[in-house]
Amino acid sequence: MEWMEMTAAELGKKIRAGELTAVDAAKAALEKIKEKDEELNCFVTVDEEDALARAARVQEKIESGELTGPLAGVPVAVKDNICTEGVLTTCSSKILYNFKPTYSAEAALRLEQAGMVMIGKTNMDEFAMGSTTETSFFGPTRNPWNTEHVPGGSSGGSCAAVAAGECSCALGSDTGGSIRQPSSFCGVTGLKPTYGTVSRYGLIAYGSSLDQIGPIARDVTDCALLLEAIASHDKKDSTSIARESYDFTSALKDDVKGMRIGIPRDYFGDGLDPEVAAAVRGAAEALKDRGAVVEEFDLSLVDYAIPAYYVIASAEASSNLARFDGVKYGYRAEEYEGLHNMYKKSRSEGFGEEVKRRIMLGSFVLSSGYYDAYYLKALRTKALIRQAFDRAFEKYDVILGPAAPTTAPKLGESLSDPLKMYLGDIYTISANLAGLPGICLPCGTDSQGLPIGLQLLGDCFQENKIIQAAYTYECVRGRFPLAGQQQ
Amino acid sequence: MANIISDETMEYVGILAKLELSDAEKEAAKRDMGRMLDYIDKLNELDTSGVEPMSHVFPVSNVFREDVVENGDEHEKMLVNAPKVKDGMYQVPKTVE
Repeated sequence: MEWMEMTAAELGKKIRAGELTAVDAAKAALEKIKEKDEELNCFVTVDEEDALARAARVQEKIESGELTGPLAGVPVAVKDNICTEGVLTTCSSKILYNFKPTYSAEAALRLEQAGMVMIGKTNMDEFAMGSTTETSFFGPTRNPWNTEHVPGGSSGGSCAAVAAGECSCALGSDTGGSIRQPSSFCGVTGLKPTYGTVSRYGLIAYGSSLDQIGPIARDVTDCALLLEAIASHDKKDSTSIARESYDFTSALKDDVKGMRIGIPRDYFGDGLDPEVAAAVRGAAEALKDRGAVVEEFDLSLVDYAIPAYYVIASAEASSNLARFDGVKYGYRAEEYEGLHNMYKKSRSEGFGEEVKRRIMLGSFVLSSGYYDAYYLKALRTKALIRQAFDRAFEKYDVILGPAAPTTAPKLGESLSDPLKMYLGDIYTISANLAGLPGICLPCGTDSQGLPIGLQLLGDCFQENKIIQAAYTYECVRGRFPLAGQQQ
Repeated sequence: MANIISDETMEYVGILAKLELSDAEKEAAKRDMGRMLDYIDKLNELDTSGVEPMSHVFPVSNVFREDVVENGDEHEKMLVNAPKVKDGMYQVPKTVE
């Protein structure tokens, strides 16, 4: 097997055993990027020299016995909204086209502490606003399973890079499904942790009450390992939670006997592709055969999650993105008259269409006269959605369903109708509103050969239940191929 | 379309958002926002009377820490990112006559 066909855990093991060095691994990843990324455009920034220097330093520490962890020496990619000191961090936006942070995000630092070698920054929808990675200022990323299709978004670059074997694993961020939906479209495994589990310090904010950084990898084991590396209580993020346990790998058990799994009937209604429905139901059957108690139930309120989300996320975005004004960093318009005109011009020229659309909507729903009717109404709806999940988790350990209603659409089909694109997030968004952890892993391919994703949601702080269920399903399913590999 | 966004509203939102849209962009934004609000109006089907707005999913509030400087002086490093710098400060257009 080629190095880049291995999982992060397998590669880490080989490195520890001295069968290859961290530098060899980084070289293998960089070579794949050279071979494939011109077409796929998964990366905004790859600094070969930097990556190899980092790998050499890591290798020294592995040899001296300073680094002994399971991921030491493994190449990793980082989404371009996660700050990395001295390395270009653009959020795939013109307004940050030249921004080199003076500090690293806590999650990026923790990767470094685990001995992982950052090889580059991945493409995304501008400011993580989008579901296709087509709103990037640096052009769309293509789906490695079929380059005429989108990889999903907004962590499309990270997911496509893992699916193409350009890196072993990656970090993404998930505000409304931005890890899980592209994982579904790219046939990789992505996990959105419970809100507050991974520090948001250094994550360029979109919807602060919804944003979480999480792992994207080839399998459940890698996701658990990576989550263990990045999760922490960080006083630099006031919404960071001190959890009782940061052990996620002990949940890697092939056992679901007696586990209660609920399937929301409301997830299988209109708009769900029959091939996706069949594959997801097949996965549920497989878990049932392994001893899980699987039943259907009515979750309720599913149709209200998207409108509530767009009010809350846009409102928070309009506030968070106020900092981009052409003064402290990033793009400044060339011609302007006075200070206010400079702000306006820099922002209007620096932000793309979708970002402006959401800032406008957010400013509107927060404006006096509309605040109660829209913003508070959405926060009340959020409370009801949370209650619906509370009721569900009284009965079930895990909620099982599709991650997205379809497989990856073709490039150019989504942006013309934003509302329709937003509807594609129907199964993922409510987990962000309720703060829940969710994992998406491949459960088959459709008749076009595109991957289908299975989503498992858990109650807050119950990552280990979804990891265990996902791992058990994975044991039944077997290894899922990389894009272009034979199944 | 139930929500008709007036030019005045767009003008006001533009001021709040600090965005300057071209006429064509304004028309598109009016249409998009109207459509989005029509969709968002779906929330009115829900009876939320007596439901407290939930801004945070966990009962965490007022997270304090000691007011101690822990990071070093990054003055020089930070200025490197600024579009315009003068005498060790950010430079902006003249704001007072």
